[in-house]
Amino acid sequence: MSSTMHMHGGIGESIKRKEDARFLRGKGNYLDDFVLPNMLHMAILRSPHAHARIKSIDTKAASAKPGVIAVVTGDLMAQHKLAWMPTLSGDTQAVLATDKVRFQGQEVAAVIAETLYQAEDARDAIEIEYDILPVVTSPEGAKAAGAPLIRDEKEGQKDNHIYRWESGDKTGTQAAFARADKVIRLHTFYPRCHPSPLETCGCIADVSGVTGKATIYMTSQAPHAIRTVFALVTGLPEQQIRIISPDIGGGFGNKVPVYPGYVVATAASLLIGRPVKWVEDRTENLISTGFARDYHMTGDLAVDKNGKMLALRVHLDSDNGAFFADAQPTKFKAGLFSIVTGSYDIPTAHVTADGYYTNKAPGGVAYRCSFRVTEASYLIERLVTNAALELGIDQAEFRKRNFIQPEQFPYSSATGWVYDSGDYPKAMDVALKQLGYEELKKDVEARRKKGDITGIGLASFTEVVGAGHGAEFDILGLRMFDSAELRVHPTGKALLRLGVKSQGQGHETTFAQIVAEELGIPAQDILVEEGDTDTAPYGLGTYASRSTPVAGAATAMVSRQLRDKARKLAAHLLEADEEDLVWERGKFYVKGSPEKSKTIQEAAFAAYTNLPEGMQPGLEGVHYYDPPNMTYPFGTYAVVVDVDKGTGQVKVKRMVAVDDCGVRINPMIVEGQIQGGLTEGFGIAFMELITFDSEGNCIGSNFMDYLLPTAWETPKFEIGQTVTPSPHHPLGAKGVGESATVGSPAAFVNAVIDALSPYGITNIDMPVTSDKVWAALRSKGVTE
Amino acid sequence: MKVTMRVNGAEKSGDVEPRVLLVDFLRTNLLLTGTHIGCDTTSCGACTVLLDGEPVKSCTLLAVQVDGREIKTVEGIAQGNNLAPIQIGFHEEHGLQCGFCTPGMMLVGEALLKRNPNPSDDDIRWAISGNICRCTGYMNIVKAVKHAAQLQAETAKAPAKQAAMAGGGE
Repeated sequence: MSSTMHMHGGIGESIKRKEDARFLRGKGNYLDDFVLPNMLHMAILRSPHAHARIKSIDTKAASAKPGVIAVVTGDLMAQHKLAWMPTLSGDTQAVLATDKVRFQGQEVAAVIAETLYQAEDARDAIEIEYDILPVVTSPEGAKAAGAPLIRDEKEGQKDNHIYRWESGDKTGTQAAFARADKVIRLHTFYPRCHPSPLETCGCIADVSGVTGKATIYMTSQAPHAIRTVFALVTGLPEQQIRIISPDIGGGFGNKVPVYPGYVVATAASLLIGRPVKWVEDRTENLISTGFARDYHMTGDLAVDKNGKMLALRVHLDSDNGAFFADAQPTKFKAGLFSIVTGSYDIPTAHVTADGYYTNKAPGGVAYRCSFRVTEASYLIERLVTNAALELGIDQAEFRKRNFIQPEQFPYSSATGWVYDSGDYPKAMDVALKQLGYEELKKDVEARRKKGDITGIGLASFTEVVGAGHGAEFDILGLRMFDSAELRVHPTGKALLRLGVKSQGQGHETTFAQIVAEELGIPAQDILVEEGDTDTAPYGLGTYASRSTPVAGAATAMVSRQLRDKARKLAAHLLEADEEDLVWERGKFYVKGSPEKSKTIQEAAFAAYTNLPEGMQPGLEGVHYYDPPNMTYPFGTYAVVVDVDKGTGQVKVKRMVAVDDCGVRINPMIVEGQIQGGLTEGFGIAFMELITFDSEGNCIGSNFMDYLLPTAWETPKFEIGQTVTPSPHHPLGAKGVGESATVGSPAAFVNAVIDALSPYGITNIDMPVTSDKVWAALRSKGVTE
Repeated sequence: MKVTMRVNGAEKSGDVEPRVLLVDFLRTNLLLTGTHIGCDTTSCGACTVLLDGEPVKSCTLLAVQVDGREIKTVEGIAQGNNLAPIQIGFHEEHGLQCGFCTPGMMLVGEALLKRNPNPSDDDIRWAISGNICRCTGYMNIVKAVKHAAQLQAETAKAPAKQAAMAGGGE
């Protein structure tokens, strides 16, 4: 027996996960585990160059290799009008290159063969002649005079500039800066990193030659949206496309976009008439699929002599790679970056952004992040710490002096966001108490006198998650709602289907708990299914911490809808007036006569066997939930570090994380999300980096160069919480999957900067590696 | 080439090219898909199996190198329907999320407990440091291995309790 089998599994219970059973036995169903009859394998040939014109492609030798069924080139795709595809940001992206390659790792050709080994052998026999072109690897390079034009195929494109975007009040902000007593500036680069789920991306396309139905198994966080995109790209009728997202081995944003491999495999299956499997290897994943960040940011914070923030001005240059393929809501060119005023009551702000093409992989995704809120949160929290250090005000005190106060909610920010709820001082106080802040500060002071390098970092982040409302937030016009369909069977057991898709977040448990709470059926009696577009109701998918805020709300609403019907059924069975019935989780009873009761299971049975005249049989429903607003999770993170003078090595001594994600449905799963997110934040702060040499070669193309934290480096985290429910969510929940990755990098770096501040060091860009710290110390004359 | 090995207690053989990796032999020839592929460079440990009781990364061994030897994969951990202590530990302590690294983590944990039945946090962290988990942050994996150690110790003291150790979800 599992220790929680007897529990009801309502909201707030840490029941053990239902999905564990198959994973513990090695019986998960990940994409690469599927073997279809007659299945072929595909290998993709990628460009070794970052920028080069294709002179010729010779596939003759490859086609003659054993087991080869077809070699697909861009020209073949072009014959079917599939050499290019639309991106999620209104641009186009090459599926297989026809004219030139624009980043190292770009898809050039594909081999379909009987076995994967044969496909890879033949791939190596394709001969391509390139004319190498000059390379651009940064926004600075992209805007330089005489920079090579990367998107020469785009009509009207004369340079490498993609977009200009702005938010806030320019004039008001200028005026506020004019009367500021002090302006603190921070220029920082949030480098390119990669979500790197442990399972790479892939698909199996199976297009039936008889019916024309395309069944595509795909590692997708958003199967319904992908189905619609596929219908638009390929021209196949949408009812003939079925996307099945099986068990997913982590996503973190990497599995949101449509990748060229999916399109090529589908086209190949259509042409050949057999299923085609394509699974990336790790290098392909790192060099070609959705990266994250790559923002060069400059922030100016205006303050008065009392340490009150007056205004914020931010400019960023965004490096979007060779195609503008950011996965983000259509109207937001720089995602939700304008949330950059963070947790602070800053009266006015102005934010501008410029996006640039470079010869790097496309597809800026939100690596465990709600559309660039991570970059925004990092900038404001680093800037606030630098300001506190420069002004000589305690970091915590400076934050408290400028926090949006609890009574100000709902709060309208200077850039137009309406924060739903928050109690920032409380989260800060809980964190400081848990840390023992006042004592610790004395300790830091004493140790610094002895010559030690040690510091404390804080970050009080605010997130913006759970998109939509659909009128403002859409993906290619699709409103960002989500859905839940609930069927209660005659025996009182239930099937819940959702438009979102778990990648490890524990949906099969959490969403069952919402039904358990709202409809009274024990969680263990509820089967949760996701990911099959032929059976699940339409939804926009799981990313940007939107599952609980949106699909969770839909689940609560559909449960309540069925509870209303169950009330009528119970009244019928009890021969009582509907209004006289009292609901207690799991049953209705007659007011004043608790012995006269009917359980939800009895009501469900009656829905199929004994119902009032005129009532439709069955106990089923579906709810599409379009949230009225985003939710705004927040928290305070505190980090203590020691820095080794001799080596520059940073040791994280403590990390306290206080999160407020509103009501917690399964606290165990919530804490698991936070611990995982903190680890990814730690990796980003200290280890993870995708960079490029001057020729555009990707450095960080495998797990020996792209460093992910193991158990050995990862600190132990001390978790705390406050609970401020969302006023507009039916359960008061806000979403938590990404808070820790959004909030923690700034806390880690702030601790290092606090430690180095006595030496006049004000910034080190991530990843904060020993060599950078060592060089910064040496530049200030600090030796062992 | 013909290879023969004992896998999860049963003799298995196949005819493979010399270049075939052990992980591909397990997954493709034997359909034991619980062993995963995460990186191809021996870095992530998703492909970890036990070779004669020791954890190895099956993406960096050829199937032919294992001829005549003994392999244990995740599918061989449970005893019939009963979950082994390491599996119960992972379930009870929420030591898994997406589940992709879990087979490797559990096998490393089991091998550790065999040579060190009472490991410290650092012992566990060192043992699993060749295995990457992107979801959990490792704290609950450490707890899971400790939980398993505790269960094993209790079983050693009172063998009759073993029957109560089934479970692990539904």
